[in-house]
Amino acid sequence: MSEKLIEFKNVTYSYEDGESGSQLPPALNNINLAVYSGEFVAVLGHNGSGKSTLAKMCNAILYPTHGEVTVEGMNTSDEEKGDLIRRKVGMVFQNPDNQIVATIVEDDVAFGPENLGVEPSEIRRRVDESLKAVNMYDFRLKQPHNLSGGQKQRVAIAGVLAMRTDVIVLDEPTAMLDPVGRADVLSTVRKLNREYGITVIMVTHFMDEAVKADRVVVMNKGSIALDGTPREVFSNTAAVKSCGLDVPQSTEFCSRLGIKKTVLTAEEAVDEIINTYGDAAR
Amino acid sequence: MISDISIGQYYTGNSFLHKMDARMKFVLIFALLVFVFLCKSFFSLALMAAFTVFAVLISRIPLKMILKSIKPLVIIILFTALLNIFYTTGGRTYFEWHSIKLTEKGVNTAIFMAVRILVLVVISSLLTYTTTPTMLTDAIERLLSPLSVFHIKVHTLAMMMTLALRFIPTLIEETQRIMNAQKARGAELETGGLIARSKALVPVFVPLMVSSFRRAYELAFAMTCRCYTGGEGRTRMKQMKLKPRDYTAAAFAAALLAGVLVLNHFFKAVI
Repeated sequence: MSEKLIEFKNVTYSYEDGESGSQLPPALNNINLAVYSGEFVAVLGHNGSGKSTLAKMCNAILYPTHGEVTVEGMNTSDEEKGDLIRRKVGMVFQNPDNQIVATIVEDDVAFGPENLGVEPSEIRRRVDESLKAVNMYDFRLKQPHNLSGGQKQRVAIAGVLAMRTDVIVLDEPTAMLDPVGRADVLSTVRKLNREYGITVIMVTHFMDEAVKADRVVVMNKGSIALDGTPREVFSNTAAVKSCGLDVPQSTEFCSRLGIKKTVLTAEEAVDEIINTYGDAAR
Repeated sequence: MISDISIGQYYTGNSFLHKMDARMKFVLIFALLVFVFLCKSFFSLALMAAFTVFAVLISRIPLKMILKSIKPLVIIILFTALLNIFYTTGGRTYFEWHSIKLTEKGVNTAIFMAVRILVLVVISSLLTYTTTPTMLTDAIERLLSPLSVFHIKVHTLAMMMTLALRFIPTLIEETQRIMNAQKARGAELETGGLIARSKALVPVFVPLMVSSFRRAYELAFAMTCRCYTGGEGRTRMKQMKLKPRDYTAAAFAAALLAGVLVLNHFFKAVI
């Protein structure tokens, strides 16, 4: 496959206890992982599995206690490289309210490129393009607090897009959204990956979102438990459940019906059920 | 209800005043306030008052809005007028009773002061009615940017103002949510005397403070992720450029100053 963009080598990370200053048990334990250019990786895991910590390591917000993380060959522990790395790797957080800086949508999208010192006319072009890409162009003059959660999150994505980063890391971007907002954000992320070739790392705890990725990484107690295509990962129902997660509902449903093939989506489930039981029903 | 909150008192419009460069507007309005203080005779003050009416008319801001900005000051205006009537003496005496004296000069000064305050209030409210808080912050940042020579972090101050404006609606929403949560658990926020009520607000403000700190922390993270390193090396998408209308307005203000000075010279001073 194409070049390695982000690489974790024997990465261990421990948070410090705020009161005693002693180190807590590691949030990440000896992680080895490589993310390749153009991939769409979903990181799954239950609460406390270390998935958010993993995400924050990708753009030098956190750096490893042991081991190293490199982004396009740059070591994230090198403080001088922090800014360069963040130009390559953008990040979208869970709470849409706490990452919007400006009082007008288009000004917020312009914030990133303004920080990078881009020419004003070029910023204007990027802002318009990015807002169109996430389908929020008509809202460019609105105030963020009048938007829905899904719309705010798409503005946040446009903000990263306008910085022209190679990678976009999303830390549970849909956790605080309603189903419509979730679907909008997810289809936007997929579009960025497919049409613009942006590498996506998305942390989530929704199985049906992970199914849409090229690759699923399942975290458990600070280690990588499973890593593969969604079909490979979810075919191993027992392993997924031992990590405290569920397989997608359609997968579960079909396996209980005794269908051998691993089914990922509702559409596939319908097809498989007709294939298997269609004749009998007739 | 919460989504209706508009910060400041900006009145959406498309008039000459709305379209003016915020920096020029800020400077000219400040100059106009100074002109009002330069007025010495009724005639020069009348000129300023006439101009104020003219400015209100072209701004197309409804009279109701203007009155709203005057309303809280009515008491102050009346109080000043009253003080001036009895404390300034001179000229013809209209009325006398014990030590209270109503004189020509006193009445004149009282009227002059009242009109002056009115004009000042209306002129300055025009600035906030026709400029969004964001534009105002931007203008202030750019006007003060020469101060960075003295190591004053103008950009940081402006960024703090922008963020404060941005988070006002968010925090109002949050307050409402916490109040509802506390009410659901039996907190009585709307009954009792002043002391009981302020005590009841403690369980609202403590969580609000805690969550504000968390928000600030997350926001700082998000800003770092977007390569924010302060004002240095930053560019701006929206450039401010003076247009012919801004120079027209400046010329108008200069003419007004000349008018005030001439009228001051030829007519009797009130104060």
